[in-house]
Amino acid sequence: MPKNNYQFDAAYQSRFARVLQIIRIDPVLLFGLLMLTLAGLGILYSAGDQSAELMQKQVVRLSIAFLVMLVVAQIPPQQLYLWTPWVFLAGVILLLMVFYAGDVGKGAQRWLKIGVRFQPSEIMKLATPLMLAWYLSERPLPPGFRSLVISSALVLLPTIMIAMQPDLGTALLVAAAGFFVVFFAGISWGILIGSGLALLGFIPILWQMMREYQRQRVLTLLDPESDPLGAGYHIIQSKIAIGSGGLYGKGWLNGTQSQLDFLPERSTDFIFAVYAEEFGMMGAAVLLSLYAFIIWRGLYIADHAQDNFSRLLAGSLSMTFFVYLFVNVGMVSGILPVVGVPLPLVSYGGTSLVTLMAGFGMLMSINSDRRLLSK
Amino acid sequence: MRRSFVTDHSEISRIFKARAIVAGLFSFLLIGALLTRLGWLQIVEYAHFAGLSKENRVRLMAIPPNRGLIYDRNGVILAENRPTYHLELIPEQIEDMDATLQALGEIVTITEDNIERFHTAMRTHRPFESISLRTRLSEEEVARLSVNRHRFPGVDIEARLSRHYPQGKSTVHAVGYVGRISEKELNVIDVSNYRGTTHIGKTGLEKYYEEELHGIVGQQNVEVNAEGRILRVIDKIPPLPGNNLVLNLDLELQLTAEKALGDFAGAVIVMKPKTGAVLAFVSEPAYDPNLFVHGISVKAYKALREGDYKPLFNRALFGQYPPGSTFKPFLGLAAIDSKAIGYKQAIRCRGFYTLPNDEDHRYRDWKKQGHGTVDLANAIEQSCDVYFYEIANRMGINRMHDYLREFGFGDKTGIDLLGERSGLLPSREWKRRVHNKIWYPGETLIAGIGQGYMLATPLQLAVATSALANKGKKVQPRLLKEMRDTDGEVTAMAVPSVSWIKLGREDRWDHMHKAMHRVLRGKWGTARATGWKLKGYEMAGKTGTAQVFGIAQDEEYDAETVARKLRDHALFIAFAPLEDPEIVVAIIEENGEHGSAVAPIAKAIMDRYLLTEDAEE
Repeated sequence: MPKNNYQFDAAYQSRFARVLQIIRIDPVLLFGLLMLTLAGLGILYSAGDQSAELMQKQVVRLSIAFLVMLVVAQIPPQQLYLWTPWVFLAGVILLLMVFYAGDVGKGAQRWLKIGVRFQPSEIMKLATPLMLAWYLSERPLPPGFRSLVISSALVLLPTIMIAMQPDLGTALLVAAAGFFVVFFAGISWGILIGSGLALLGFIPILWQMMREYQRQRVLTLLDPESDPLGAGYHIIQSKIAIGSGGLYGKGWLNGTQSQLDFLPERSTDFIFAVYAEEFGMMGAAVLLSLYAFIIWRGLYIADHAQDNFSRLLAGSLSMTFFVYLFVNVGMVSGILPVVGVPLPLVSYGGTSLVTLMAGFGMLMSINSDRRLLSK
Repeated sequence: MRRSFVTDHSEISRIFKARAIVAGLFSFLLIGALLTRLGWLQIVEYAHFAGLSKENRVRLMAIPPNRGLIYDRNGVILAENRPTYHLELIPEQIEDMDATLQALGEIVTITEDNIERFHTAMRTHRPFESISLRTRLSEEEVARLSVNRHRFPGVDIEARLSRHYPQGKSTVHAVGYVGRISEKELNVIDVSNYRGTTHIGKTGLEKYYEEELHGIVGQQNVEVNAEGRILRVIDKIPPLPGNNLVLNLDLELQLTAEKALGDFAGAVIVMKPKTGAVLAFVSEPAYDPNLFVHGISVKAYKALREGDYKPLFNRALFGQYPPGSTFKPFLGLAAIDSKAIGYKQAIRCRGFYTLPNDEDHRYRDWKKQGHGTVDLANAIEQSCDVYFYEIANRMGINRMHDYLREFGFGDKTGIDLLGERSGLLPSREWKRRVHNKIWYPGETLIAGIGQGYMLATPLQLAVATSALANKGKKVQPRLLKEMRDTDGEVTAMAVPSVSWIKLGREDRWDHMHKAMHRVLRGKWGTARATGWKLKGYEMAGKTGTAQVFGIAQDEEYDAETVARKLRDHALFIAFAPLEDPEIVVAIIEENGEHGSAVAPIAKAIMDRYLLTEDAEE
């Protein structure tokens, strides 16, 4: 494993490396992503009852997602910068359309049917950090009060719209993406801590705004045993799966919690529990290290980006990826409420995979842009 | 002051780098927190969660043991487990339920009620669990279904063992029957041993030997998924089947006794005096125990409960009758042994008896004109009441009580059946305790002919007669001969307890045997009509008549005008062969009028037992 790009560039000016460079792909990040998606396929094979059909679908989705990444990587940050306001506007309009024309899926209005069914809120996972980075990179940094107010408005608009669908998980990710742009823009610690405390005060109001099932999730998290067959079932079974995995796990395809259907939603949101049951704490540590590696690489790219827009965007995308991971594993292991956030790049499902990989495409583009400039 | 994008480049880079480092540390710290959480679940709490996981997937299932069979002494089966066939459907394997039900209805009889129950059951069962549509298919229906089986995926003919009594009504009062376990029984039984068992002994031997017949439940650990579907058997402990019972009962003799009793209600006990073995245990009328195995309908049960002569009533065990003159041999022995009268000492019978201080009240003999001068042997032969009034008066009720008690009257015999009644043997103390009244001398006289308060069960009579035939050796009656395991190895033998009745002189037994022999062979013997027909062996016996209702003084008793149910009960006790008694018979025929009328029943049984057995040897 090379320590950094410069060494890599120097030592391996092989044909392969040159090809990657030409197609604007960062080999380090690509390595991390490939390792993670391969591990993900392995778990999915076990979680999905070894269904060939399921695997086939996921492989197709992954291929599409990697293709999207490749395509996005070809777009220079400057071009992204130009498109950003329009993408954001389009996203907001689509979100509005969901309220009027959306499909109801799992008790929430979050799907919009335009040719294919997709969630406009997914677009906002990218559009929001793009918009914030676009806005703040034009202002003097660290941002002044007025910038902060406008930034907050830009984050809260999509967040609230998504939360009202209601899709708490995505709202959380969108809010985090926006927040991290502001964070990287250098918001003062004083304001950060102050608004953090203000948010805590906002919790009772949030509680009032939440739907019954969302409240239930929070209550169930606090005491899952209070409703062992209802809302607490997911958490209880998931904890049993993880706990019974022990240090070394029950072995691939041998997780009884997963293989005997005790674990619900095990190929989607709860796939981490399958992994932890079958590969144990050691396996989980390896998986989390892979995620840490990708996050580290993302932050590295951000740090070395050439302009403010790029670095704010890259930093936010990397940290959003972390929030994804933390919320999912936190929820599956029972320290966070069950908010439908998939395990990034591993959970079965298409839309989030594509947006995630599009985000990594942007990181790669930013990385290549920097490299082009440095040459 | 507005700082421009370009001029502050290095400053912004510095801030950004610091933020990136903070973000990196922050995320790695939280990933560390996640790992700590996983460590808590997977290492610290591992045992707890591993246990929960096992609880989730492993289910303990009971395998009920096969119930032991019941045989008579010759190996004829009295209670068996027979496969019954049930039509069962697995809903998840059936595409069109309505069409399937209709098509099945064309092959076997399916009532609206069946379908309704089926739909109700479907709501409470999981789709992969089989649900019974019809129970107890006939053989013809099974055959028709088997031919058409390929048309019905998800439809199965399920065979289950259920109790069957091939002898039907015969032996039911001894063997009893099994039925579905009731809520009340659930509180009494060891529930863990009855997991998977649906039926339990309700009456008779099925109940008395329930523990031995039932066996020990087996179990298997099975792996189930979240739906509860069984995926595989992890381990298995096979059940231990119940013991088979081999009875002392002889079905042939039982059937002979039942046949001889005819249409009458009553009871017949046949015993081997030396061993206490009960060879026949008849209570008529009887009922078909098979009705109870699958649950009897309310209507059918009501009919049995309230039916003529109450077939459910076990007369041999619960029936308490005035023993009448069958008491006389025991009282006679008591009299000569207590020296109330000498063996040869005679009494004059004028057809009635009066107490010395109450000349007006006449205690009548059954023979109005009297028996003349009678000694003990004459009195037994002719069943002279006056003789027994006299000796009863001489002995007094308490001495009578003490002797009769030794023969087992007033006490349970200890047979291997539950709920036995103990009859009634009165005494002064008993009357004071129960009725809070003093004992009158007249009551002693009435007790002397086995009437009044005196009550005995047919079983008690048989046991007492056995003791008499055995010359004092009183053996507990036993229906069970031995228990065998499924390989036919004897695992337990019934050992009845024995007690001895001691008389002052041993020859007093012989005197009574001879006197009872004269009942059949004497010139005036009350059962001489039967005695004359005896061939191949000699029988000793005693007739008895028990009044169903009291007859007022001087009132002529006319059997013809009394409804059959008000006629006297006829009793007869007997043993044979005289020299070395092998068999004892006690008979009560309700409304049989006179003991002499039932003596032929005893002859039929003894002929069958003594003569056929001789022929075989």
